[in-house]
Amino acid sequence: MSEPYSSPSADVMIQFDRVVKKFGDHVVLRELNFSVKPGEFVTLIGPSGSGKTTILRLLMTLEQVDGGTIQVCGDYLSHMQRGGRFVPADERYLRARRKRIGMVFQQFNLFPNMNVLQNVTEAPVRSLGLSKADAAERARDLLDMVGLSDKVQAHPMRLSGGQQQRVAIARALAMRPQVLLLDEVTSALDPELVAGVLSVLKEIARTTDITFLCVTHEMQFARDVSDRVMMFDKGQVIEDAPPEQLFTQPAHERTRSFLHAVIDRSG
Amino acid sequence: MSSGLMSFIWEGLANTLLLTVFGALLGLVFAFIAGLGRSSERKWVRGIAMVYTEVFRGFPSLVLLFVLIFIIPTFGFQLNPLIAGILALALNIGAYAAEVVRGAVKAVPPGQLEAAIALNFTPVQRLRKVILPQAVVAMIPPFTNNLIELLKATSLVSLVYISDFTFAAQLIRASTGETALVFFGLLVGYGIIALVFTTAMKLLERMAARSLGRTVPSGLFGRKEVAA
Repeated sequence: MSEPYSSPSADVMIQFDRVVKKFGDHVVLRELNFSVKPGEFVTLIGPSGSGKTTILRLLMTLEQVDGGTIQVCGDYLSHMQRGGRFVPADERYLRARRKRIGMVFQQFNLFPNMNVLQNVTEAPVRSLGLSKADAAERARDLLDMVGLSDKVQAHPMRLSGGQQQRVAIARALAMRPQVLLLDEVTSALDPELVAGVLSVLKEIARTTDITFLCVTHEMQFARDVSDRVMMFDKGQVIEDAPPEQLFTQPAHERTRSFLHAVIDRSG
Repeated sequence: MSSGLMSFIWEGLANTLLLTVFGALLGLVFAFIAGLGRSSERKWVRGIAMVYTEVFRGFPSLVLLFVLIFIIPTFGFQLNPLIAGILALALNIGAYAAEVVRGAVKAVPPGQLEAAIALNFTPVQRLRKVILPQAVVAMIPPFTNNLIELLKATSLVSLVYISDFTFAAQLIRASTGETALVFFGLLVGYGIIALVFTTAMKLLERMAARSLGRTVPSGLFGRKEVAA
């Protein structure tokens, strides 16, 4: 239970293999392939509707694939083997796989029926089996790290959006995930609150070896923290490069026009 | 009024409260089973829950009472009349309240369930720790309506000779001939009971809202305000 943020031995943390996802007739991901190494910080950019958020939701098992496979730490995520055949995973299998993955949402999704501390301790107590005292100690450390040690007893709805999002980050970290998914975590924040959340994330990325998959429109942040940036369009990766290269010399015309549009908008 | 007649009133009042409180508690059990059943992933569970709500919502409570008290005994199964009354009222109000439960559960933002899944809660924990504590707050105001409906529906049991408040009033009217006074007193009596229930529910609502960090404006008929 008390192991540090994990460092798996395999050299592939996340593997998408010909993943297809449809919503009705609309194909969101078409035979998508990519992989992420342990400890990598990978940012997904691209126009809205290009399937970035869907990738995170598939990894969090909030959606199921319509084709292809996803592996995390070498384990199939939403398929299990039964009698030599692949079948959709059942709840027990999913829970064992989900343990490795955490997610921070655009709308924070803190539980309004719990105070800040309970928001952070509830899951470690319930799903990791930590004692209440241990979970509280872990939570206080994390809340201290995100700069909210004075809000432990506060009610989440009494906090600013930026503070709520920092609680949500602490809540996800309390589960000691190997992979952390960041789904437009600053998009719902007032502009002056964005920097506080991003600096917390930078610090976490710097001091842990968690693997990050991040969907964001904060291009400067993406440039600062990412090891790799993947440009998405129409459910496909159209460019995959280190941030310096992708932002300064995009190879693909679609990337260029997207970056132009984003940078024009933010002045 | 003689003390003999007064004792009818007290007994009637006690039975009316008994029918309302136990009818509500049993109805609550039916409502949660059926309301959550209708949100189940399993088709057959949804089916059973839907049949229950549709059937008992459509059944007049009075007919249900007649069935339980006059028909069931012909199959050799005699229910205590008060229990039969509680059961009939609970089956009916439970079907209404099931829709309240279903609606309130559905109204919890989907992000809450997603966060609970992301934190690896079991399906039961998601419901108990995250969904229900929030949904219950939204259920209380419509439950207040259901409770008052139930209180009024209890007067039906006087027709199957259960000595409730209305039945006692009928007895007094028959023995004194004071029709206007008795019925006026009956109305005031029910009104006061309803007011007590409403006030209690209002307090409950405020406590529940506070648990979610919201405030409910004070006053019995609090102004509509956006929750903080």
